[in-house]
Amino acid sequence: MLAFLIRRISQSVMVLLVMSVLVFVGVFYIGNPIDILIAPDATPAEYARAVKELGLDKPMLDQYWIFLKDAVHGDLGNSFVYNEPALKLILQRMPATMELAVTAMLMAVFIGIPLGMLAGIKHDTMLGRSIMRFSILGFSLPTFWVGLMFIILFSVQLGWLPSGGRGTTVELLGVPVSFLTWDGIQHLILPAMNLALFKTSLAIRLSRAGVQENLQMDYVKFAKAKGLSNTRIIGLHVMKNIMIPVITVLGMEFGGLIAFAVVTETIFSWPGMGKLVIDSIGVLDRPVIVAYLLITVTMFIIINLLVDIIYSILDPRVRLGDHN
Amino acid sequence: MADINEVKQPDFNSVQGDGVLPVKEESLLVQSLKEYFESKTAAIGLIILTVMIVVALLAPYISPQNPYDLMSIDIMDSKLEPGSKTMDESTTFVLGTDSQGRDMLSSILYGLRISLGVGVLSTVIALIIGSIIGLWASFIGGRTDSFIMRVVDLQLSFPAILVALILLAVLGKGIDKIILSLVIVQWAYYARAIRSNVLVERRKEYVEAAKCLGLPQRRIMFGHVLPNCTPELIVISTVKVAGAIALEATLSFLGLGMPITEPSLGLLIANGYKYMQSGYYWISFYPGVALLILIVSINLVGDRLRDVLNPRLKK
Repeated sequence: MLAFLIRRISQSVMVLLVMSVLVFVGVFYIGNPIDILIAPDATPAEYARAVKELGLDKPMLDQYWIFLKDAVHGDLGNSFVYNEPALKLILQRMPATMELAVTAMLMAVFIGIPLGMLAGIKHDTMLGRSIMRFSILGFSLPTFWVGLMFIILFSVQLGWLPSGGRGTTVELLGVPVSFLTWDGIQHLILPAMNLALFKTSLAIRLSRAGVQENLQMDYVKFAKAKGLSNTRIIGLHVMKNIMIPVITVLGMEFGGLIAFAVVTETIFSWPGMGKLVIDSIGVLDRPVIVAYLLITVTMFIIINLLVDIIYSILDPRVRLGDHN
Repeated sequence: MADINEVKQPDFNSVQGDGVLPVKEESLLVQSLKEYFESKTAAIGLIILTVMIVVALLAPYISPQNPYDLMSIDIMDSKLEPGSKTMDESTTFVLGTDSQGRDMLSSILYGLRISLGVGVLSTVIALIIGSIIGLWASFIGGRTDSFIMRVVDLQLSFPAILVALILLAVLGKGIDKIILSLVIVQWAYYARAIRSNVLVERRKEYVEAAKCLGLPQRRIMFGHVLPNCTPELIVISTVKVAGAIALEATLSFLGLGMPITEPSLGLLIANGYKYMQSGYYWISFYPGVALLILIVSINLVGDRLRDVLNPRLKK
């Protein structure tokens, strides 16, 4: 276990280093941010001063070295646009993204698993087939287009729900959240539904397959022979058995939700870090782009590691370490 | 069946190395086709897909207007509802016009061409690169193999959109750049798929037989093992084309992919997005419908191909 952890962590550090070089070098070549930031009628002297202030006059290797040294100290540079630390900007917007992702994940679990189990039990009926069709649609529809359709339908045509923003927020432990006010909930529903669509389809498929597999097992026959009611067999015994794989896969997909939040946040103007990075790419705000990518990749590495460890705890047959 | 055929025909003279009799192949093809069309949904999917491909290829000849020819568009016609006519009543805009007065139907036909082209091209390149790397790694084995597979695992542990986002943030906009990033996003799937196939295939008798004949390893790899992996590769790549098209549309919608001069369906949707709140729904809606039909029909075809071509299900 310890050897596994040490190897995984050193591997993760390598990945982050490679990532930082790649992103830094790449973003360095995209274009000159000065042209966007400075007024068009600026004098050459002002131009030179701005370049010097932002540290863009130094050689690239020096810039990278300074960046790396600062990054280790938790300083990922100041945003060119907001003139604030990039890390702070990202962290400020992280709760919004997290709220969206967690809500979407809960929707996927509490809507997807029951629907999938239903489809597995009644797999030969109209209902079972409709659920499966829904999940196929959920897999093939592009998320962003579904989001647009939600806006057209629920905001523009029906006028039921707002189409953008976060609504009224209240502070919970110093973090602004939307889900505690009615206005905030109304703002949260559409983006969360949009983000949850893909994972709900996934949960439906997984739990349907799980139910169908488990219904063939001896323990179900035994429970039936014992005279247990169907509700009890499925709700308790089968449920327990399908939960482990479903939850593990969904856990692994949580990172995907954070990545896909980029799309949903852009459509619904949700003020999370995904929207921030898309806006920053638009104006070449280099420190923010780099900070976002590094933070997201770090989060991914941590999530993957946690899922591996939790999986080995839940299922003792899985051994951590070399697969060879 | 396939294995026996391969062993029976150690064709020394053929350049290709896999000498399946032509008559046999014909009947197998017909057989597969018949099986394919047993599913009505899949047949409809294939027909729709074929129509879309033909329409996309013929876009410059059949579209009512060249949406990028500034001479043919009139700003006075902007944001017209579907079914409206021009001022002099000479042309009808079946699907309405966008904010620049471009005919939506024509824009969609041209956009379809770009979306399909980018999706197919990037998938084919990724298929070739991924297969070669996967095949090569699994035959060399050892450290190279485990290093390449570790890279593959690592890349696949990140969602495609994040990898594409990183690449496009680094590379910037452009049709070549989006193709490049779609290739980088996809190659790992093929490398992994072909490797797991090869590990199964190389234990089979026909490989033993080929080795006994003293054939060079390269010929065994590309002439014997690769053809036996193709059905699976076809299935994966069909489904992946749909994924690539959807990813390209998403990235273009976010403003990361296509330049404004080459509007794919995703970019058309993004352009209409601004006007959607004010009720001009058709500028986004119809390109979206086209994208949707395209992706769903490719998925239908891909799912059916999996059933027809998968030798494991057949046994």
